[in-house]
Order: sequence, then C-alpha cells, then structure tokens
Amino acid sequence: MNKNIIISGVGGQGILTIASIIDLAAMNLGLNVKQAEVHGMSQRGGAVESHLRLSSDEIFSDLIPEGKADLILSIEPMESLRYLPFLSPGGVIITATEPYVNIANYPEEEKLLGTIAGSANHVFVNADLLAKEAGSAKSYNVVMLGAAAPYLDIATEELEKAIGMFFNRKGEEMVNLNIKAFRLGLANSLNE
Amino acid sequence: MNKQLLLGAEAIAQAALDAGISGVYAYPGTPSTEITQFIQQSLQARDSGVRSKWSANEKTAYEAALGMSYAGKRALVCMKHVGLNVAADAFMNSAITGVHGGLVVVVADDPSMHSSQNEQDSRVYGKFAMIPVLEPSNQQETYDIVRYAFDLSEDIKLPVLLRIPTRLSHSRAVVAGAEAIPQNQLAPTQEKNRWILLPVNARKGYHSLLEKQAQLIILSEFSKFNKVIPGTGDKAVIAFGIAYNYVMEVIRTYNLNIPVLKLSQYPLPEKKMSEFTEKYREILVAEEGYPVYEELLKGFFGDTKFRGRLDSTLPRTGELSPNILAKALGVKTNDEQAVPSIVAPRPPMLCKGCSHRDLFDALVGAMESYPQRHVFGDIGCYTLGALSPYNAISTCVDMGASVTMAKGAADAGLFPAVAVIGDSTFTHSGITGLLDAVNDKSAVTVIISDNGTTAMTGGQDSSGSGKYYDICKGIGVDESHIREIVPLKRNFEENVRVMKEEFEYDGVSVIISRRECVQRIKSKE
Ligand SMILES: Cc1ncc(C[n+]2csc(CCOP(=O)(O)OP(=O)(O)O)c2C)c(N)n1
Ligand code: SF4
Repeated sequence: MNKNIIISGVGGQGILTIASIIDLAAMNLGLNVKQAEVHGMSQRGGAVESHLRLSSDEIFSDLIPEGKADLILSIEPMESLRYLPFLSPGGVIITATEPYVNIANYPEEEKLLGTIAGSANHVFVNADLLAKEAGSAKSYNVVMLGAAAPYLDIATEELEKAIGMFFNRKGEEMVNLNIKAFRLGLANSLNE
Repeated sequence: MNKQLLLGAEAIAQAALDAGISGVYAYPGTPSTEITQFIQQSLQARDSGVRSKWSANEKTAYEAALGMSYAGKRALVCMKHVGLNVAADAFMNSAITGVHGGLVVVVADDPSMHSSQNEQDSRVYGKFAMIPVLEPSNQQETYDIVRYAFDLSEDIKLPVLLRIPTRLSHSRAVVAGAEAIPQNQLAPTQEKNRWILLPVNARKGYHSLLEKQAQLIILSEFSKFNKVIPGTGDKAVIAFGIAYNYVMEVIRTYNLNIPVLKLSQYPLPEKKMSEFTEKYREILVAEEGYPVYEELLKGFFGDTKFRGRLDSTLPRTGELSPNILAKALGVKTNDEQAVPSIVAPRPPMLCKGCSHRDLFDALVGAMESYPQRHVFGDIGCYTLGALSPYNAISTCVDMGASVTMAKGAADAGLFPAVAVIGDSTFTHSGITGLLDAVNDKSAVTVIISDNGTTAMTGGQDSSGSGKYYDICKGIGVDESHIREIVPLKRNFEENVRVMKEEFEYDGVSVIISRRECVQRIKSKE
C-alpha cells in the first residue's frame, strides 16, 4: 500500500485536522506515515499545504516527489491548482468549491472551476453546505475527509473509528456530528 | 516502548525528556518553536519538574542552559538558525569552558527561507566552535541521536550541536521511544579554573579543545549514524542529514544501485571518507544548506570528481527535493503539469482586526506631512506592514535593529527617525539600543506595538508584558515622552496627533501602542 496525498488550503482553515485523522487510521492499521506540515509565516492567511504519505514500506522523503501525488485534497478551490505539479498522471483532485477570497486578484469562480475540471479527474464538494447540514459549519474539514474516503485505500470503518478517537475528548455529540459530516462527504463522492 | 506520531521537533523534545534533562531554555523561532512547546505541555515534564518557560532571547537561554550544565544537570537549548547569531558569544566560549552536565544545542535551519531572513547553515558554527555536530535524517533517528547526544556531551565534556532543517522539524512520523532515565543530581563542577576564561585558563581550554579533535573524528568513524549503503558502478553519493532521504527516495523509485555514504555525525570521519571516495570516479555531494563539506572535499583547486551545489549539479540555494536529486542522478522524471496561470499568489497577511493594522493606518497618516518617509521596522507579524496597502516600513534586518538603525539615521540627520518594534522583539534586543539613544539624546521615536504576545511564532508569552512603560522610564526616557495609545479606528485622529507631537520632539520618545492580538484572544476562549 502506497498513498501520497497533498492537503491544501489557506492558513487558518485547519487542514491539519484532516491529516491527523488519516494519520490515526493509518497508524491503527500499522502503516508507516510521514506528514510534512507548514508552520510559521504562511499560516497568516497565506497558502498552506501538507504532504501526507502512507505506506506499508519504509518512507524516505518527507516531501512527495513532483508527479507522484495520488490525490490533491483541497479545502479551497484555487489552492487545489497550486500543487498541480505534484499530481500523478492518473491522480484525482478533490476540492471544496467555496472560494476563500482574501486577495484582490482572486480569479473568477466559473473560470476557476473550469480550469480544475480541465486539469485532472476531480470531485467538487459543496463542503460549506454539507457541513451546515451535518450541524456545524466547523465540520467542513471532516466533510472533505469523507469526500476523499473512497480514494484513500483505507476502509471507511477505520476512518470513522479514527474520527471517534480524534473527537473523543470533545464529547459524544461532537463525535456523532463529525461522523455525520464524514458520511455526507462520502455520499457526495459516491454519487458523482 | 511506546510509539507516537511526532514532529521532528517533538521527537527532540521527547528524547530530551527521556534523557533526563532538568530544563529547556529557548526563545521562539520557526522552525524550532515546537520543541519547547512540546515540553511545556508534557505531563512527563511537569511530573519531573523540568523547567521550560520562554527566555528573553537566545543568548539568555544559552547562558542559563550552560549554568544548569555547570551545576551538573542536563539542559537542552533550542533556537532557530539566526538565534545562534545572538547566542554566538556564549556558544563559542562554551566550547572553551566545556560542559559538566550534558548540554545539547538544537539549531533549526530554514533552507529556502520559508519564515526567515536568510538560510545560513549552522553546521558552519559547529566547525567554527570545533564541537561535534549531529544531523539526523528522519524522526526516529532524531530521537535516537538526541539520546546519544547527551551521553556524548557528558563523555567528552563539550556542548553538542544538533542541526535540523524545517522539513524534518515540521514533519511527523512514528517514533519509538526508549526507557527514560532520571535527572542528574545537583553536583556543581569542581574544576573551577576551566570555567574562568582569563587568558591563562582560556589558552589551556583552547588547547584541550584542540586535543579533543582527534577523539571527535574517531567517534565519527565508529558512529552508527554514519554508514555505507552498498551499490555498484563508478558513481556514488555522499548524503548529509536529510539529503539522505531524498537520495534514497530516488534510488528506490527508479531502482538504481548507487552506493551511498550517509553522514549524520561530524567532524567528518576521515578514514571512512577516504576509503569511500577513492573507489569512485564521480561523487555527488548532497547537502541541505550551504555546500559546507562539498567545498572541503573539492579543495582549493576544485577537484572535479565532486559534484554538487558548487558546479550547478544541484541548485546553489534553497531546499533539496526528490526531484532535484533525481535530476542530479541523471534520472528522467515525467514532465509534471505546470501551475495554471489562473492561480494567484496568496502571500501571508495581517489578520482581520489585527492591532498592527490600526497602528500602521495612523503611522502612514502621521508620516504624510513629512517629505522623508522612512520608518525602521523589525521582525514579527508587524513586518507585514511593509506590504500594501500600508507600505509603512522601510527595513527589516534583525531583532532589535529598528531602534538602533533609527538612532544611527537620526545621528546622520534623518528627520523624523521612527522605529516600529513588537513587544517581544523589544525585550529580545531593543532595550539596550534604546539605552544608547537615551545616553546620546538622539532624536528618535520608538513605537512599541504591544499586542501582549509573541504572535509571529504562534502566540507565546512575551517576557516584558505589562512592564514596557516601566522599562522605558527606568532606562531614562523622559516620562512626558512615553505616550500610550490604543490602536483602534476611532482613535485614528488622536493617534496621528500623538505621533506627530513625538516626531517633533528633539530627543528620545516612546509610544506604546497597546491592544491584544486577536488570535491570542481567540486561543484563550
Ligand atoms: C534572532 C531571532 N530569534 C527569533 C526570531 C523569530 N521571530 C521572528 S518574529 C518573532 C516574534 C516577534 O514577536 P513580537 O515582537 O511581539 O511581534 P508580533 O509577532 O507579536 O507582532 C520571533 C520570535 C528571529 N527572526 N530572529
Ligand atoms: S496573529 Fe495577531 S499580531 Fe499576527 S497578524 Fe494576526 S492578529 Fe496580528
């Protein structure tokens, strides 16, 4: 088993929640994990990404080589394209469709989604809407994790177990809410 | 032992706790901050009473760690690469005194300058001080090497420098810990003269340091962190620290069979090096950072057998990556897709509601009436005031430089001479510069933007909180020229007026602009 995933977004959006849950699931399965994160300057509203690598073999590089990512999982549409050089020829982009506009020259939305569609296999997720449906706008990241679930080579029960572990200390209600968010994201991908 | 998913930085922290440190001393700085933060939050550290509060700067941190070592206990001191410039005096001289309890200095380098002013390579400092340098390649090795480093430091009675780059510090992997050992007992050194660096003792200390060099090389020869990965052919690689990972990634992905000498402990193992290098016709030297050892291997006359950053086989600057190594090893990689032109840059920026924003609005307003609009800036979130829409500051050099550069420019006749400095930066290195200005009666206005925290590095406590007025008064700033303002939109006119009044004063004035960082407020909720 070998999976290379770029998780991208804007500083402050909390992309590391997604990475942490996948890490937990992978560790429960005895897989090797490497997860390169961004801390520091770019966390102030700049572009941020995490390189997440899972493997049953030893993982050497902390960074995914260019052209070797199976998946770009982005919680912001423009950010999904910033890491295109990393995507492998058959790779998939899974992205939330709500733009996070904090710059003056943010591209036109329709053109942006068109470019994503023309660049790779893709799944669009209206994460904001699904998160609210799950009960909290904050479950946005977990909706995106659900949307990515069919592409991770990790059984959904394992991912749900990891969600349970991750949110456990915040109480049962939070766990259930996030499981719901996960399933809504998952259903979105399965219906594509 | 238990396995945990740890950042490289956290692996250092856990290993140091398990190695029985009695204290960690540090000033925050990316990518080193998480080491100390991990210890501050660790139950193990709390239970065993490991001290871990932030220091005012890297020099005070280093000296305190050295004092703990003098008393016989183990200490960890952590900083970012430029922090070692600040601590350099203590660092260099501690190689002459040597240590008593184990002392490990972690310096986190930032190649590609993700969050830094330069990409200086701390291994140069290690050579300069003539102490052992360790440079692990992955998180598990980081844990193991820190455990080793404390023993090594006590055995050879020298500080040990551990160097990690951003990518290792900020990347997680599963790390298995080993059994924790108890802290050392209080047992101050009895060798008094070695710690009193009067010339007569210092000369002895320097000789003793030189004498230890042969032993350090032998330790590197037999170090388990330096090893050969066999292969065939007449080309080989010498891979230092994290560069080893990128080399191995390429070797495995493309089924190459190139011999590799992996190095993680210096000074260089001479015998191992010569045995390895003489076998091959061409050797790629892969270093993350400066071509420190490539330069040494190539020699003054430029032996062409050694390829690397100096002959453009690898880029001269910036981080390495698997693709850079693939190209250097002659592998043809697939053509990647380019970033579509529709993607706009998204640089970091001040948060919505940030107090620095309202300060800069007022500052730009106040400067409008002057023909010379130069403002000396400093390092922190407020450095982003250099970008539009503010374009409010003209410099950012090193911690504290705003105050002293403004003073020098005032001495040269610049008017007004204005400095903007953050609260944490002021206590790090601004106070002494302000004292210079007071003693010289320089016509400067120092604006302290006090947001109650060290925000840039993630919101650590700031060592002077609540004391800025008294500090300025105490070093002699006239109280009628210590002004306090609250940076808010509705105070704009008032704040512009206060600034202009102080710019016009022919002497030292300080404006303390105080409003809490909004991220700090959020994190408290
Ligand atoms: C010698 C040195 N040490 C540490 C750093 C890292 N660093 C840059 S800015 C900063 C904090 C600045 O805090 P403050 O002055 O309070 O400004 P704020 O970020 O809160 O606006 C730190 C620790 C550095 N650049 N140089
Ligand atoms: S973290 Fe605090 S100081 Fe930094 S930009 Fe945000 S609000 Fe301002």
